[in-house]
Amino acid sequence: MSEPILTATGMSKYFGGLTAVDNVDFAIYPGEVVALLGDNGAGKSTLIKCISGVYRPEHGRVAFNGEDITSHAPADIRSRGIETIYQDLALAENLDVGANVFLGKEKTRRLFGLIPVTDDNYMREEASSALDELDIHIPSLKQRLVNLSGGQRQAVAIARAMYWNAKLVIMDEPTAALGVPEQRKVLALIRSLREQNIPVILISHTMHDVMAVADRMVVMRRGRIVADLQRADASEELIVKHIVGAADNGGDAVMI
Amino acid sequence: MGLKAKLGGAQRQSLVNSRYIDFLTKSWSYLFLLALVVYFSVTGTGFFSVRNFSSILTTSTLIMLMSIGQTYVVITAGIDLSIGWTVGLSSVTTARVMRDLADSGNDVAYAMLAGVFAGLLVALIPGLINGLLVARVKVPPFIATLGMFGIVRGAAFLLTDGQQVVRGLSSELRESLRMIGNGSLLYYIPDDGFHWFALPPDLEPQQLRVVSQLLPYPVIITALVVIVFAFILARTKFGRHTYVIGGSEEAARRSGINVDRHLVIIYVICGFTAGIAGVLHLFRFTAGAPQAGEAALLSSVAAVVIGGTNLFGGEGDIMGAVIGSLIIAVLQTGLVILNIDSIWQFIVVGIVIIIAVLVNQLQNALERMQANV
Repeated sequence: MSEPILTATGMSKYFGGLTAVDNVDFAIYPGEVVALLGDNGAGKSTLIKCISGVYRPEHGRVAFNGEDITSHAPADIRSRGIETIYQDLALAENLDVGANVFLGKEKTRRLFGLIPVTDDNYMREEASSALDELDIHIPSLKQRLVNLSGGQRQAVAIARAMYWNAKLVIMDEPTAALGVPEQRKVLALIRSLREQNIPVILISHTMHDVMAVADRMVVMRRGRIVADLQRADASEELIVKHIVGAADNGGDAVMI
Repeated sequence: MGLKAKLGGAQRQSLVNSRYIDFLTKSWSYLFLLALVVYFSVTGTGFFSVRNFSSILTTSTLIMLMSIGQTYVVITAGIDLSIGWTVGLSSVTTARVMRDLADSGNDVAYAMLAGVFAGLLVALIPGLINGLLVARVKVPPFIATLGMFGIVRGAAFLLTDGQQVVRGLSSELRESLRMIGNGSLLYYIPDDGFHWFALPPDLEPQQLRVVSQLLPYPVIITALVVIVFAFILARTKFGRHTYVIGGSEEAARRSGINVDRHLVIIYVICGFTAGIAGVLHLFRFTAGAPQAGEAALLSSVAAVVIGGTNLFGGEGDIMGAVIGSLIIAVLQTGLVILNIDSIWQFIVVGIVIIIAVLVNQLQNALERMQANV
């Protein structure tokens, strides 16, 4: 296999007396979809936030394309191409697709060669072609996001990440709030990211999603990585065993 | 083609209907203003005249100026309750600076210029403090500006030593103020014609009574302020970021917008347009009064809401506030002309505010429905 695009080595993060992430090594390769699994409080989100710069890890080192980015500011990490899409998507739902793809980086043109004004047509067209690349069609681009479906909004968030040249996308529970057809759409989006050689870290509780798109499953439990399985070696049952901690002692998974 | 073929007659009908409703909800405030003007013109003698329209426009400037800044604040899901007294503070400060400078032997024009400058500058202070409290200390806008309401009120009255007006403005100064505050760029006298800048000196009393001010200075100044701030809100990056913050502060922060700084600037703008209103009030009434904007505060919020700006933030525009201000001014004047107790204006404006909010909700529901067709 080629070089990993991102490596996190010896990562630890404590909150007071609580060890949220305990000496974790993690890596992801180009074009790979890695699912990060685990029960609530297993340390998935903390690990992700240490990577995206929201938290500073107490120990460990994060390298992205060979460069040390440990404890860099979130904005700096984003500008290097690591885009995290949180559950709330961080969209302005009162504005249209163009405005959202260009949120905070609005394209301007000079009115009468003098006064800078927002170039809404340009932004709308660019947003439209970014969505086309993801094979997503939104009937009216002037539509405010509040009127779009959950899956369409998710698509806008992903299109934004892609437009600004994301090199690694981290998604936190992307299908949690969606209906079944919408979930399928999001999974298709993840596949199309992979086709464009953009790796995805997918935090999910939904076993079905994980089995459908992930190339590799990393299971965390009590702050440690307890399993790292290739798609071919994984089964739902085995993963659940690891999640609940029943795999080490060979016992049966407790299905709830 | 495919969609049309699938739609039955009834559905097509309802789509057409919803288009009418759509039009009505989006432009009801314009239609309402038009209806008011038509109603008062038909029923009230003297309502339909250039002279009266010009007076309505002049009346509306106070509320309109305040509602411009208020629109910015409300779009960020805030509110500024202090600007009523900022108007007064600004009016009083301007009057005092003009008086003191003129009394100590300075040129009146210089005194007036310095006064205007001081009046505009002082209005930025409560705005700045409001902004810092809201953005950095995270005090809810309602509370921060309510506190400022009291502080600015006190400050304005301290500057007049507790009096209702600033005393001791010389008659020369008052005359100069009146020339601008009650003047017009263009006058029209029936049977005589148009006059630029000033009226001819030898007018008969009956001619004076029929003079129309076609372009009163307060209206021109307000129109310029409207244009500038409407442009900034609608077309610039700054305006766009204002909407983003109103839509989702979190999204704004994550997208790299400096939300704190932006909010501070917005409250300063709100103080600034109130300051312009205060200075203009002094010019119009030639008296620096602490309570100049007291009654206009709620009207300015009403104008913003009537204009379709959502109190929860994220949507609205300056044109809406302009129409809202005009509706209130037309009501005020129209009721007086119809000889109806002007107290009724409060009741009518109250009803209009509630209609405005209902229409806004209907419009949002409709938009959602259409998106799901």
